[in-house]
Amino acid sequence: MPREREQLTKSCEILSVEDLWVEYRSPRGTVKAVRGVSFDLHKEETLALIGESGSGKTTLGMALIRMTPKSGSVPRGRIIYRRDGEMYDVLGLDKEALRKFHWQECAMVFQSSLNAFNPVLRIWDHFHDTARAHGRVSQQALRERAMHLFKLVQLDPERVIDAFPHELSGGMRQRVLLALGLLLDPQILLLDEPTTALDILTQRTVIDLLRRLREELGFSLIFVSHDLSLAAELANRVATMYAGKIVELGDVHDIFYRPRHPYTLGLIKAVPTVTGAFRELASIPGSPPDLVDLPSGCKFQERCPFADERCRKEEPELEGMGANHSVACFKWRQVSLEKEAAHA
Amino acid sequence: MSNAIVQLEHVTQRFAWRGKAVQAVNDVSLSIAEGEIVCLVGESGCGKTTTGKIVAGLLKPTEGRVVFEGKDVWAMSPEEFKHYRRAVQIVHQDPYSSLNPVRTIYKTLSAPLLRHGFARDNREALAKIRELLEIVGLTPPAEFINKYPHQLSGGQRQRVSVARALTVNPRFIVADEAVSMVDVSIRLSLLNMLTGLKEQMGVTFLFITHDLALAKYFVWEGRIGVMYLGQLVEISPTPDLIEHPSHQYTQALLSAIPEADPNLTRNKERIKLRSLDVPSLLNLPAGCTFHPRCPSYKEGLCDRVAPAPLEVTKEHFAVCHLATQSRAVQAGTM
Amino acid sequence: MRDIATFIKLMARNRVGFVGLIVLILLLLMTFVGPYFVPLDTQTKIDEIYQPPSTKHILGTDHQGRDIFSQIVNGGGELLYVAFLTALLSTFIAVTLGSLTGFLGGKLDSMVMWFTDIWLTLPRFPILLVLAGFVKLNAPFVLALLLAALAWPGLTRAVRSQVLSLKQRDYVEAALSLALGTRHIVFAEILPNMMNYIAICFTLAMTQAIYDQVGLVMLGLVPFASNNWGVMINLAWVRGAIFYKDSLWYILSPIAVIVLFQLALVSLTRSLEEVFNPRLRTGH
Repeated sequence: MPREREQLTKSCEILSVEDLWVEYRSPRGTVKAVRGVSFDLHKEETLALIGESGSGKTTLGMALIRMTPKSGSVPRGRIIYRRDGEMYDVLGLDKEALRKFHWQECAMVFQSSLNAFNPVLRIWDHFHDTARAHGRVSQQALRERAMHLFKLVQLDPERVIDAFPHELSGGMRQRVLLALGLLLDPQILLLDEPTTALDILTQRTVIDLLRRLREELGFSLIFVSHDLSLAAELANRVATMYAGKIVELGDVHDIFYRPRHPYTLGLIKAVPTVTGAFRELASIPGSPPDLVDLPSGCKFQERCPFADERCRKEEPELEGMGANHSVACFKWRQVSLEKEAAHA
Repeated sequence: MSNAIVQLEHVTQRFAWRGKAVQAVNDVSLSIAEGEIVCLVGESGCGKTTTGKIVAGLLKPTEGRVVFEGKDVWAMSPEEFKHYRRAVQIVHQDPYSSLNPVRTIYKTLSAPLLRHGFARDNREALAKIRELLEIVGLTPPAEFINKYPHQLSGGQRQRVSVARALTVNPRFIVADEAVSMVDVSIRLSLLNMLTGLKEQMGVTFLFITHDLALAKYFVWEGRIGVMYLGQLVEISPTPDLIEHPSHQYTQALLSAIPEADPNLTRNKERIKLRSLDVPSLLNLPAGCTFHPRCPSYKEGLCDRVAPAPLEVTKEHFAVCHLATQSRAVQAGTM
Repeated sequence: MRDIATFIKLMARNRVGFVGLIVLILLLLMTFVGPYFVPLDTQTKIDEIYQPPSTKHILGTDHQGRDIFSQIVNGGGELLYVAFLTALLSTFIAVTLGSLTGFLGGKLDSMVMWFTDIWLTLPRFPILLVLAGFVKLNAPFVLALLLAALAWPGLTRAVRSQVLSLKQRDYVEAALSLALGTRHIVFAEILPNMMNYIAICFTLAMTQAIYDQVGLVMLGLVPFASNNWGVMINLAWVRGAIFYKDSLWYILSPIAVIVLFQLALVSLTRSLEEVFNPRLRTGH
């Protein structure tokens, strides 16, 4: 990216992750779950972190809000968060500041929408507790705010607010969680597999809702998913993760139509569409590497049709190529040729 | 169909749940021909898994008949029933619960071989196991034979599950979401392996999934049946179902599915449902069960009268009042 | 040999469990090998009544001046033998009945469960007391049989609920589909998956049997055919050992050894889980 441009875009970046590492202790050795990840999140954009199990996407998501489990550690890296001209490193926040950060700046909505609720508390109690923990205690104002949010997420406020979590369906609970996440008007919403456990028709509702809310309320959205179609549907930018690293990062159209990394290309070729034309699919041979005992060189090299001597020795770093598109691959030119050949 | 290997005739399955009857499967009729590949799609709770279990003889339906090679399964002699059970195998969804964690791959595969005389002793069993592991793509077999399930990846476990099903030379395999818990990059090679079984060994497949895209890819040359609230609401050869869905529910599903293609998925025509809530199986709506959500339902008809199956085009059936109107003409000319 | 090495290695993974194992082995050695080296002191020595611990009498002496340590060493054999036998019998009944009823279900299941429910509502120790009055409990086997008869219903229920949950696993359904037969499914597919559970049931049955015996002996309902920890407590109690400072060792020693033994057994169960888990057994 040219220097001047970087200067310009800096102003609208609200989150910058720099060389972030996350490791876990396990009986077998150290699991290197996230290895030197850097990216920026812009204002009012939707960023998708895409990867398969063991790619480190969920670990990265948790690390962004300092929710790494006890057995994990962050040996290196910075997470710079900006708001109103101020900036600070999330990794350096004390307990109290972190608690504030969690709801007021960056709210998260987790995968299993049932487990996120306390089964013996009514929905209203959940809202009340969250608000009280952050100093807003005017019952009337809070109730109005909650009612407003329920309407936003297309729930019947009267019916939902005094309900117990088990009285609501999976899709409804997911939407309640969304409303709860938005309660303190955060700048960033972080979602982990937001639609995985939901049925297709419910998924559709949640997707449309997320898109509309983001446009109306103007927050930034990061979501972690294994589902390529969700990224295609919702994201402005997509980051593909493999073995703890972002291997490709770019505009959603670039990622899907002009992928430069062989792994991204492989994923796209492996996923069928329903209403598109019938086409032959191809799978990626082999399986993901062991995060405890990583091979040398590029971590995808064992499964990559383009790999050569250099790939086996050296690990490529994420490098920019043209507007808003970067890739960690020595062979990206060949990959793009292949993709064009497939189109022709 | 004369060469049908398995037929379900008006099969209904009810379960007791807290003193109430839950109708998991509701009057499903389905005939699957030898060598055919049929896919059941639907959302969770639509009864597709229960239907699969009924086909495999693991559940006795409350009403209706299950016919295997022309014989009523639940009226068979114990000997015949055993033969049927073995001929129809099931491959489960969860790679973490489908293999016994305390038994090695060898133990898991040798038990059925030895029990049913496909191998006379351990040496023969070992040879046969090597062969099976090769077929399911676990090569070299020696690397897998003495392993425990936890030493294998999810995809490899699913392959062992398939190998286990193959030990008894089945003629029919029910694959219940067999690839949905496996990573995208590995999913496809597993599907291709299954397709290979169909071609090489002539195995008939009932493939159960919630993923229409996957169903389309896997059963392009077969038929897809769509289930909703325990009913088979539409069934058709795959291309026709995808291109000309007749049931309102199928149309809604197709329009709702997010696609792994930004332009395609963002420009899809959306069908807006009247209600987001799925009715409870304990209290099914009268008439057409989809009518409370159906965008184009007709008052006085859809909420009163249950629609009958209609052959929209050749071999394409839909259970929908509106299908009658929209494509009846075509049906008449066929 | 390699199996024993793996066994010890796995046991050692859980520190509490490993300590339990070591204590248990020491106590067993003391009880079953010890008597050959430390014969029971039966001689009354008037001048050595209620002596505090010394080099001569590690745990002091009793009301007749006899060595307490020798009584502890010689007093566990039969008690542990009966406890082991009881646990074996009750676990066997529980596993057989629990797995069959759990797996087959139906009428047999309802009948057996109805029976165990009634059995479980009966107060166990009072029944034992009443029975002890009718049956002559001088043979270890008869005592074990009686204790097992009271212990099995609870265990059966526990085993059955485990089987019910394992029965739902996909691999059991696959085995059904492969027509592998009930015997194979119960004994080769289901039971091996609950070995740790059964082992834990076994040890807990043993601890219960020890308390039952000690209770019976202490109340004097089982004839004092031999020396044992329960008899020691009874005698100490009867002789008013709790009233004198000097005699405290007499009553506390058997109590301590029983508690130590029970603790060893219970903490051992923590390690058993690791031993029966193939994931840990193969070291991956």
